[in-house]
Amino acid sequence: MSIDLTRATAAQMADALAAGETTSVALTQAALDRIAATDGDAEAGIHAFLHVDAEGALAQAAASDARRAAGEPLSALDGVPVAVKDVLATTGLPTTCGSKILEGWVPPYDATVVKRLKDAGLPILGKTNMDEFAMGSSTEHSAYGPTRNPWDTTRIPGGSGGGSAAAVAAFQAPLALGTDTGGSIRQPGSVTGTVGVKPTYGAVSRYGLVAMANSLDQVGPVTRTVLDSALLQELIGGHDPLDSTSVVEPLPSLVDAAKQGAAGDLTGVKVGVITELGGDGYQAGVRARFTEALDKLVAAGAEVVEVSCPSFVHALAAYYLVMPCEASSNLARFDAMRYGLRVMPEGNDSPSAEAVMRATRDAGFGDEVKRRIILGTYALSSGYYDAYYGTAQKVRTLIQRDFEAAFASVDVLVSPTAPTTAFKLGEKLDDPLAMYLNDLATIPANLAGVPGMSLPAGLAEEDGLPVGFQILAPQLADDRLYRVGAALEAALEKEWGGPLLDRAPEVATLTSTEGAL
Amino acid sequence: MSATTETLVDFDEVLTRYEPALGLEVHVELSTATKMFCGCSTAFGAEPNTQVCPTCLGLPGSMPAVNRGGVEAAIRIGLALNCEIAEWCRFARKNYFYPDMPKNFQTSQYDEPIAFEGYMDVEVDGETFRVGIERAHMEEDTGKSTHVGTTGRIQGADYSLVDYNRAGIPLIEIVTKPITGAGAKAPEVARAYVQQLRELIVALGVSEARMDQGNLRADVNLSLAPIGAEKLGTRTETKNVNSFRSVERAVRFEMSRHAGILDAGGSILQETRHFHEDSGITTSGREKSDAEDYRYFPEPDLVPVAPSREWVEELRGTLPENPTAKRARLQAEWGFTDLEMRDTVGAGALGLVEETIALGSAPQAARKWWLGELARRANDTGAEISELGVSPADVAAVQKLVDAGTLNDKLARQVFDGLLAGEGTPDEIIAARGLGIVSDDGALSAAVDKAIEANPDVAQKIRDGKVAAAGALIGSVMKEMRGQADAGKVRELILAKLT
Repeated sequence: MSIDLTRATAAQMADALAAGETTSVALTQAALDRIAATDGDAEAGIHAFLHVDAEGALAQAAASDARRAAGEPLSALDGVPVAVKDVLATTGLPTTCGSKILEGWVPPYDATVVKRLKDAGLPILGKTNMDEFAMGSSTEHSAYGPTRNPWDTTRIPGGSGGGSAAAVAAFQAPLALGTDTGGSIRQPGSVTGTVGVKPTYGAVSRYGLVAMANSLDQVGPVTRTVLDSALLQELIGGHDPLDSTSVVEPLPSLVDAAKQGAAGDLTGVKVGVITELGGDGYQAGVRARFTEALDKLVAAGAEVVEVSCPSFVHALAAYYLVMPCEASSNLARFDAMRYGLRVMPEGNDSPSAEAVMRATRDAGFGDEVKRRIILGTYALSSGYYDAYYGTAQKVRTLIQRDFEAAFASVDVLVSPTAPTTAFKLGEKLDDPLAMYLNDLATIPANLAGVPGMSLPAGLAEEDGLPVGFQILAPQLADDRLYRVGAALEAALEKEWGGPLLDRAPEVATLTSTEGAL
Repeated sequence: MSATTETLVDFDEVLTRYEPALGLEVHVELSTATKMFCGCSTAFGAEPNTQVCPTCLGLPGSMPAVNRGGVEAAIRIGLALNCEIAEWCRFARKNYFYPDMPKNFQTSQYDEPIAFEGYMDVEVDGETFRVGIERAHMEEDTGKSTHVGTTGRIQGADYSLVDYNRAGIPLIEIVTKPITGAGAKAPEVARAYVQQLRELIVALGVSEARMDQGNLRADVNLSLAPIGAEKLGTRTETKNVNSFRSVERAVRFEMSRHAGILDAGGSILQETRHFHEDSGITTSGREKSDAEDYRYFPEPDLVPVAPSREWVEELRGTLPENPTAKRARLQAEWGFTDLEMRDTVGAGALGLVEETIALGSAPQAARKWWLGELARRANDTGAEISELGVSPADVAAVQKLVDAGTLNDKLARQVFDGLLAGEGTPDEIIAARGLGIVSDDGALSAAVDKAIEANPDVAQKIRDGKVAAAGALIGSVMKEMRGQADAGKVRELILAKLT
């Protein structure tokens, strides 16, 4: 039986490669063709990619096929193509972080996760769109134009990793890498009907990830199935001496956990529903799908209880202090002196370095980035540090304690991933606070460093759009996400009669000269 | 701005009304093989921007990783300064924009230094001052800016170049507590502190500690308060102080300048000042007029440094001898008088003398060259004795030639002339300048005969038994030989011929 070269899961592709039923070149070419047909540009199409590297991807694919033909050792996903969020450094490929200030910058080095992809023989299709410097929940803050949701191209694909999620949802790539600082993998997963995992802080190297907030950022998989995420996280994870914060202890096998969960038995597993992450602020259809998913867990043998995490109500406020503080410092390096954009101030024949820095930063950063730089600079200033950064760190400790207390009585915690389904492009662009509220349920995991997964829970009745189900586990217990997630996925797909994405409308194909409507 | 508009009060007069308080911040560039947070080489003098990588260039996405060797050196310096060593401390980001700072923040330490609460005993003229050490912390160096243009400074430069080879090289910043009670000796105490700190750093083997290469950089804080006042006055921080002598001069100048302002009823502006080696004055230094707010916060990309007590104790075992005890031991071994020892220490020549003796010279011979000859020459040119370009190996080699009778003291001085002029090794200089004692008996004998012939009266006196008269003939022979003869040998020859 031959597989569909774009709609198959990564695991199915790997099996087909192993069986000699297809080649990496065929899979990669199919993905590139799909991208060419559906991705378009800032004006029309999905616009998941900022840069496509057809030549490089096909060369890597051919190399994988050659290694396979020669009987050389292969990785579990050898030859399966992958897309990479544009916030990860890639040798020879532009890395813009969705910002004008890095337009044209080609890093001289690979992020550790990118190196691991290359070493494992995964052809890199290109770099995916994102909110500028990962700041946003809709990908509308990309300086290169928004990405559109494959379920409804008038809607946002989530953010900041909307490009990676949309590419996977639109069958442009079976796998993608994302990064999650406050929900940038999980929330796009939620609104595009895909699976996204933020691993335990430190479980995956951050070396080469252009930092927004170093103490919160984490690289993770974006896929169409729980098993595919497990395969990808195992491949990119593990200690990296270049990242001092990466954990040395190996995680339990994630693939084994996903396979165990897929068998459907959750007997003995205790699931805690977080009281604070639900209720009135959540769309009715989101709540309904969430409740039904809980029933599926119970049917699989799990015990479901309610757990209160009282400090979570302060998570958003703490996040919007810690994140901008770190970001304001991280983004200081974009000063036109060494790389990236350089703007000369007008009407000044021999400007000082300071004047060039000012003009470049003014022209190169978008409004949301400037907003966070200002917030962070203010909060770190002399006299405010203790009240803002100091207090936010204390809240972080309280949130960690809430998690510890909860995990003393349950194995995993669950909530809806996002309060709503995908909203319309432009709907929240002028209301930063409304935009920030999208991450209410995802932020606590980042503040505490615990792992989290979002997987599809079905479609909301009122708008027919995907709803995400979030699972959280204790630090280093990422395997629990995969076990519970795979069990829920199996139960739901049984009910749906197949993957949720099979219900997505066909993505319009474009010609090279005109945009689709 | 210009010092000419300032009233300077005579140093002795300053002391009649004011009590100085000193503070010294010394940056020591460690001689680790690699940088503080990446694997790049730290070798001095490479082509600009060739010893760089994503991390020390601060490229987007790069991350630091701590050099254990840097931490080890910091702990050893801390222990040698009698400091407590933190059980747990973090790096912090010091945020400010400058083109030679790749990330526009410096990875440093803020309120959690690796070493704190120590002291160093400093000797000045036989008197011991205990200098309190507030902290010693780890940080990274910045790149090096070169301002190209007529001024050589950032103001008025046509353009500037940045070399990031230096960016990320480990630095230890050692900060004293306010040093009070030194009075008239404040300038000497400041100098002696930096000098002895340098000796300690060299003995620890953690840095080249060369002030002329910027391995050791001192910032001098100074304030004056009326005698008897309880509160310290407002301080200035003088940078660009690149030699021991400059440390002393900077303190002296700032004391006179502060007193002038305070006498006139003015108040001291808390500011950074630049020391000018040529004129010995300081000028207002900081280009940025804004009050600095460095917005420190803990570096989230690095895990805390938590040296185990076992490791700290292991490192304590590697410390060199305590400097005070060492001076006492050396004085006894060398048989120096108190005055000789004090002069040696005061000239910054202790280590040089020690090395020279270790290379085989007699203690008094080593002292004679360094203190009698080279210290005088350093003083003439205003240079530091350690920066003359003459090494202990050179001095030991010259003394060896003197001991062998190849050189006498007069010729040895000419060899030092050659060394100071950079003419090569002692052997090369002797060959090039035609120095070296003539031991050819034929030439010497001819010169003696010539002297006897030219001075018949003197020769007769010697024949008559007045041996002391030989001195006049020796002088004559030495002149003939242009000094390149062994006086003892000449005397022997004269007496052999006439008695």
